[in-house]
Amino acid sequence: MQFMLLFSRQGKLRLQKWYVPLSDKEKKKITRELVQTVLARKPKMCSFLEWRDLKIVYKRYASLYFCCAIEDQDNELITLEIIHRYVELLDKYFGSVCELDIIFNFEKAYFILDEFLLGGEVQETSKKNVLKAIEQADLLQEKTEYHSKSFIGFKKAY
Amino acid sequence: MSDIVEKTLTALPGLFLQNQLGGGPAAAKASFSSRLGSLVRGITALTSKHEEEKLIQQELSSLKATVSAPTTTLKMMKECMVRLIYCEMLGYDASFGYIHAIKLAQQGNLLEKRVGYLAVSLFLHESHELLLLLVNTVVKDLQSTNLVEVCMALTVVSQIFPREMIPAVLPLIEDKLQHSKEIIRRKAVLALYKFHLIAPNQVQHIHIKFRKALCDRDVGVMAASLHIYLRMIKENSSGYKDLTGSFVTILKQVVGGKLPVDFNYHSVPAPWLQIQLLRILGLLGKDDQRTSELMYDVLDESLRRAELNHNVTYAILFECVHTVYSIYPKSELLEKAAKCIGKFVLSPKINLKYLGLKALTYVIQQDPTLALQHQMTIIECLDHPDPIIKRETLELLYRITNAQNVTVIVQKMLEYLHQSKEEYVIVNLVGKIAELAEKYAPDNAWFIQTMNAVFSVGGDVMHPDIPNNFLRLLAEGFDDETEDQQLRLYAVQSYLTLLDMENVFYPQRFLQVMSWVLGEYSYLLDKETPAEVIAKLYKLLMNDSVSSETKTWLIAAVTKLTPQAHSSDTVERLIHEFTISLDTCMRQHAFELKHLHENVELMKSLLPVDRSCEDLAVDASLSFLDGFVAEGLSQGAAPYKPHHQRQEEKLSQEKVLNFEPYGLSFSSSGFTGRQSPAGISLGSDISGNSAETGLKETNSLKLEGIKKLWGKEGYLPKKESKTGNESGALPIPQESIMENVDQAITKKDQSQVLTQSKEEKEKQLLASSLFVGLGSESTVNLVTEQPGCCLPIMEAESTKSFQYSVQIEEPFTEGILSGFISYHMMDTHSAQLEFSVNLSLLDFIRPLKISSEDFGKLWLSFANDVKQNVKMSESQAALPSALKTLQQKLRLHIIEIIGNEGLLACQLLPSIPCLLHCRVYADVLALWFRSSCSTLPDYLLYQCQKVMEGS
Repeated sequence: MQFMLLFSRQGKLRLQKWYVPLSDKEKKKITRELVQTVLARKPKMCSFLEWRDLKIVYKRYASLYFCCAIEDQDNELITLEIIHRYVELLDKYFGSVCELDIIFNFEKAYFILDEFLLGGEVQETSKKNVLKAIEQADLLQEKTEYHSKSFIGFKKAY
Repeated sequence: MSDIVEKTLTALPGLFLQNQLGGGPAAAKASFSSRLGSLVRGITALTSKHEEEKLIQQELSSLKATVSAPTTTLKMMKECMVRLIYCEMLGYDASFGYIHAIKLAQQGNLLEKRVGYLAVSLFLHESHELLLLLVNTVVKDLQSTNLVEVCMALTVVSQIFPREMIPAVLPLIEDKLQHSKEIIRRKAVLALYKFHLIAPNQVQHIHIKFRKALCDRDVGVMAASLHIYLRMIKENSSGYKDLTGSFVTILKQVVGGKLPVDFNYHSVPAPWLQIQLLRILGLLGKDDQRTSELMYDVLDESLRRAELNHNVTYAILFECVHTVYSIYPKSELLEKAAKCIGKFVLSPKINLKYLGLKALTYVIQQDPTLALQHQMTIIECLDHPDPIIKRETLELLYRITNAQNVTVIVQKMLEYLHQSKEEYVIVNLVGKIAELAEKYAPDNAWFIQTMNAVFSVGGDVMHPDIPNNFLRLLAEGFDDETEDQQLRLYAVQSYLTLLDMENVFYPQRFLQVMSWVLGEYSYLLDKETPAEVIAKLYKLLMNDSVSSETKTWLIAAVTKLTPQAHSSDTVERLIHEFTISLDTCMRQHAFELKHLHENVELMKSLLPVDRSCEDLAVDASLSFLDGFVAEGLSQGAAPYKPHHQRQEEKLSQEKVLNFEPYGLSFSSSGFTGRQSPAGISLGSDISGNSAETGLKETNSLKLEGIKKLWGKEGYLPKKESKTGNESGALPIPQESIMENVDQAITKKDQSQVLTQSKEEKEKQLLASSLFVGLGSESTVNLVTEQPGCCLPIMEAESTKSFQYSVQIEEPFTEGILSGFISYHMMDTHSAQLEFSVNLSLLDFIRPLKISSEDFGKLWLSFANDVKQNVKMSESQAALPSALKTLQQKLRLHIIEIIGNEGLLACQLLPSIPCLLHCRVYADVLALWFRSSCSTLPDYLLYQCQKVMEGS
């Protein structure tokens, strides 16, 4: 996969992950063009687009568009399922996810994505394993937070 | 102080909006306390882009103050980082925060580190200089005992890592392949995959460890290793044939449902894994019967098992079909795969239909009858409201085009072309139309009109080969001279009509094509006198929208027509107008025309009618100067030394110890003066265009190949077979095909036709005109060689042998490879052993065994050439013996000797070819080198001279 973009129906970018090195200018140009093209598509049209020498696979979930760029020889249908699995992961993590969850906790959405896709390739397809990895990191964080808090408390008391 | 101001500023929009957005269940979910939250809410409430910009700029300047303030804690920094990421996502520059992201990854606790790493991976790219500062942190975290830290480090490495720092982390990551936790092993494999992508030779030595990963007890680790294998097999499938059995076994297990249920996706076992394996098998089994036989069973099972009605099974099916058609064919499997394609094509779901068309496009060359089966669906898709479906259908039709259906298919393509706006689509489609038109044109009128459409739409974005090929086709013609003249005449007439239209603008490239054709072939016209054509060209010349490049084409056309014209008022006006032009190029052409115009007889002999294809003897060795040179020498002039020799002598005088002349720079521009034969011959043909060819090589029309090089046979490939095809195709008008087919249908199935509606019948007609004559296509495989070099990483151990391969980046005459081995004696201090090896260019030269035909092709494609005459000694006066010397001493491969000319070829390792053409006159050997590398010919010439003079 070359990149993944999440954007709203109004064309606002909500998440971007680039797996190929591109300049900021190019990224902006691609994003602008793609958002326009995808938003102009009618609902009954097919989920794939040929764009420059890339294939774009996109799908709309409620108010959010998920959009991936793959190479021509890649499998479009499985890319749709990658999008779907990512949505499932978000859904499970946030508990019936909505656009606002992603807006306000986008760093979490990135963490989940990084556990699922790494360097543009599927890293782990088991839903359980991905969430386990995220929870592990979350949990450890809470512990350290807890520790540092209690340490301060302890110091004060002393 | 500034801190306080900043806090109030950022808090403002939040305070401002709390009332507006306070309600709503969704808003309640977001944390009100977070500053990101207030920023986001602030932005969503704004109505104009301008307001947003103002708000973000405020936010950024406050963030800038905060991140650089010494009092900012890491926790605050983490919060700032999140807001910075957000601002960057909205398209604003937050580069001042990059360094702080690296610091946060370095210094923060787990929570902060995680955000720091995330920010780094989002902000920076592979070659960003700041990335080097992250290396230490990564190394530290890789050694951490905390699993989460190790995971984070591996995650960031798999995404971005500076190539040159790979050795610093490679041993650590290799160690992780043995880690007890599968998640660590998996991430380590993916990190190595990343390294393989950006620096394949650095991980070459761990291939054996990849095999271990492939056999890992954890499915995730094994699946991750397949990414590496897919990549490596894509590059070199023959090296991994022995693994076919393992891949087949794994796939069997997956398909048979032997994996843990965790890996099921909507009750389909590990679809991602299956697809990855199918792709690998497809690559391994390509053109290899024995390997393919190993996988027939499992492919059959995959096709059979995938029956569930879920998208993901279709994904697997699609890949399976692709694999079945990629490997060595087995009829039983092909039959099943064809059925599957049918399921896709006939599906009401548009995504599946699209993939069905894609699959058909892929298999059509092997099995054209499949297209016949689905012809009605294909026709429907041609008028599909979704342009993507239409385009894929056209792609399919393009593959099945032949002389009988070309008019219909090209018409459909042109229709699509006129609706497209995207440049990429236009370039692509225009190329295909031009190709089909050249190959299968049924008659002159159709061909010229189609090409007119191509040139008008494709214009200045299309590939320059299109006009080049078109002009060549026109100039060279076919076997039938009267037919050729008709084609040219038709072209001339059609262009004159186009130019007569008022207020129509044509692309520059089209105008160039027109001017060349009018200049060459206007003489075929009976009615219109050359003067009238000149008048039209003159009108264009005075048009401001015409580029100066095109104007030189126009002037060249006028020059060619002038000797044919009786009255020359326009020409004189033109000379008058352009001899004072500010454009020096134009002025030069105008002056040339002026002087030629004064001597009409000379002009007539210089610019004869219809002679563009005639061979011009190009005296490449400039032998006509021999007398001049001999005279010069006899009067005591110094013999000519080529540029590199002079440079070298100069250098050797300055510094004695310089073995590698890096300072030499042979700019390619230095050689453009001595142009390729195509350029020279064009120049002597039409003086107007030659300067332009030299000036703008890339976007002007190069008529290379019109002349046969050296005027001998056998160097150039024979004329393409398409010439034969076209002249063989009968020029039947489109209507008659339709009629014939119509009758055929009526006879075959009368009852059906009767019940069909009119629309249906039209579709049927279209179908029959589209799918006639299928089954004559053939495929061509191109094999490209990949240069490679291997540099293993050294490790300290008791005894070990190392192999290094040295590759030269730039040609040189002599160089030294030196190094040292330092070691510790048991009792004494360290010692050093130095060694050095002298290398010369010849150590890297190998014979290049190609055919004369390939030589001819390569010769045309190389731009760098060097020519030199060398005096031969008595012993090697004959050509064969001279070439023998070159073969023995320089390892040049002798391709062919024809009379007094010889062809040789060699390559500079790994793969820079260099071609040599020799010709003997008396005791002089004229050497002519050409190569893709700009400096190699010079160095080789030098070596040749040394050899020829030495012996």
